[in-house]
Amino acid sequence: MIKIEKLHKSYPIGKDSLHVLKGIDLHIKEGEFVSIMGSSGSGKSTLLNIVGLLDIHDEGHYYLNGQLIKDMNEKKAALLRNKFLGFVFQSFNLISYKTALENVALPLYYKGMGRKERLQVALDYLEKVGLKDWANHLPNELSGGQKQRVAIARALVTKPKVVLADEPTGALDSTTTDSVMDLLKDINNEGMTVFVITHEEEVAEQTKRIVRLKDGVIISDEFTKASKAV
Amino acid sequence: MRFLFDSDTWQEIYGSIRKNRVRTAITIIGVLWGIFLLVVLLGAARGVDNGFKKIFGDFATNSVFVWTQATDTPFKGFQEGRRFRLKMNDIEALKSEYQEEIKFLAPRNQTNNLIVHDFKSGNFQVSGDYPILDQIQKKKLIVGRFINENDILSTAKVTVISENMYKQLFDKGEKPIGEYIKINSINYKVVGVYGPSNGIDLDGDTAFIPFTTFKRVYNTANNIDWMVITANPGIDIEQMESDVILTLKNLHNVHPEDKRAFGSFNLGVQIAKVTGFLTGLQFMTWFVGIATLIAGVFAIGNILLITVKERTQEIGIRRALGATPKSIRQQIILESVFLTTVAGMLGIIFGSFILFIIDATFGQGDDAALINPTVNIPIIIIAFVTLIVLGTLIGLIPAHMATLVRPIEALREE
Ligand SMILES: Nc1ncnc2c1ncn2[C@@H]1O[C@H](COP(=O)(O)OP(=O)(O)O)[C@@H](O)[C@H]1O
Ligand SMILES: [Mg+2]
Repeated sequence: MIKIEKLHKSYPIGKDSLHVLKGIDLHIKEGEFVSIMGSSGSGKSTLLNIVGLLDIHDEGHYYLNGQLIKDMNEKKAALLRNKFLGFVFQSFNLISYKTALENVALPLYYKGMGRKERLQVALDYLEKVGLKDWANHLPNELSGGQKQRVAIARALVTKPKVVLADEPTGALDSTTTDSVMDLLKDINNEGMTVFVITHEEEVAEQTKRIVRLKDGVIISDEFTKASKAV
Repeated sequence: MRFLFDSDTWQEIYGSIRKNRVRTAITIIGVLWGIFLLVVLLGAARGVDNGFKKIFGDFATNSVFVWTQATDTPFKGFQEGRRFRLKMNDIEALKSEYQEEIKFLAPRNQTNNLIVHDFKSGNFQVSGDYPILDQIQKKKLIVGRFINENDILSTAKVTVISENMYKQLFDKGEKPIGEYIKINSINYKVVGVYGPSNGIDLDGDTAFIPFTTFKRVYNTANNIDWMVITANPGIDIEQMESDVILTLKNLHNVHPEDKRAFGSFNLGVQIAKVTGFLTGLQFMTWFVGIATLIAGVFAIGNILLITVKERTQEIGIRRALGATPKSIRQQIILESVFLTTVAGMLGIIFGSFILFIIDATFGQGDDAALINPTVNIPIIIIAFVTLIVLGTLIGLIPAHMATLVRPIEALREE
């Protein structure tokens, strides 16, 4: 599903440049549940952004669903994002003046789906994350855990191939963290590829594979007990 | 273009407009004010214009009045301070010399007399005139007719009087036509009664009698009190005035540089001043209105630009969810156009409303300052289309800025 070879990425900082990813090789198959761990500043988000087509790499190859990602323009990237990828962010990134339902329906709008159908599908997904009754609430009327579940519903609503989550539990307490992780596990059990960034061991342990990143290189890549249990 | 008719597009715009209430209000007020000013100023300018037109009324405005005074320079053996009279020969001379320039030339003799009818009487101006006067200043005849060529030829003792004179001299309901009135103890048959004229009135309440009759009755021989000269369209009235006076000086042995010998009043020049003022007023109106409009539209652009910055995160989210740069651009431009259009419509509505009130308060009655303060529909349409075009153009900048927003920048977690 995701295949990365000798990937490099630097950010220009003034005259210098900051070499963030220094040759990453990573292969994630369809249906995997992978977490990336590493200390702050180790390049986790950078990697996820490249995988999510929000940023471009400098060197190496990146294949998404078998397609080589090269010479992306914003339009192509937008289409691929909409088609293959769902995003979940640490700070939820819901649009504040839209209801939970409208937020979930937004990716479908960019897909070109009609309003009625869109809202119906969005409602189904809200039901799936257990928030059907909150459909018409604005984000600021929801708790952190609820917001993140709305965000997950929004990431899922286009039936993407991969869900990318950048510290989805970073802003949540332990009980809500568990409910969000349960949700991600459910999604993965249904066959979706899930790619999570975290720096919490408990969270990582609930995924099936942990990739550890340090100073821009992968220092370990192991399957967890959870993967063997299935 | 399809996206214009997509209810989702409008849903999105409605959402973002509602969200940014203050911005929406400010932009709308900016453009509203501009178009409001344009409508009101144009309407008021037009009202003033109409008002002036009414003052000019039925008078041939490119006219000069000429009369004689006393010379101020000795010339050809004549002393300074000589008094002299215009003559009928002058009229013929001017007519033949200025065939192309002069449209109408009316010699006039006037006096004041007691006018009596039965037991009623009053003192009024009596004027000896040619039928041509009716062309220089249209008489609003209530009944009967004005002096005609026959009256002139037959030195008929006929008169045309004003409505006021009729009221003063006749009993209520009495028929004036065919009745006789005594002017200076001589009987004249009333052949017409005229009402107050529109605009400029040279004579007030006057009994008009044939020029030839006046000459015979008052023994004026070839003398003329004064004359009205109306120029043909396109003639430089100021030039004509000085040319005519120079000719007259020649005929009367007056020094060419004499400043006092002839008096004249150039109505055309006076009116040109007013017209110039009106043109200036119109120009000012356009200038102020359009400047305000442009300022308003720029305000919209500016505020959209600010909101693009404020909405960076939102735009980033949309981008991450699959919004193409084009869809972002379309949305921002459409917001701009929508805001300008709504504001423009409100401005036109309020402006028209104010004009309506102005019309109701200042535009009524005979001596109203403003008459029919209105704005042409085409002007409104042009203003409106301009607004939409400007709205689009000005929306392009923030729209472009929005497409430059990179999702990672917008979404980076600090
Ligand atoms: N757009 C950018 N420009 C410059 N430096 C960046 C940018 N994004 C990230 N960085 C830097 O790259 C390094 C890795 O960042 P990041 O991938 O966000 O780390 P992590 O998510 O693991 O905390 C950090 O030192 C960060 O400051
Ligand atoms: Mg990070």
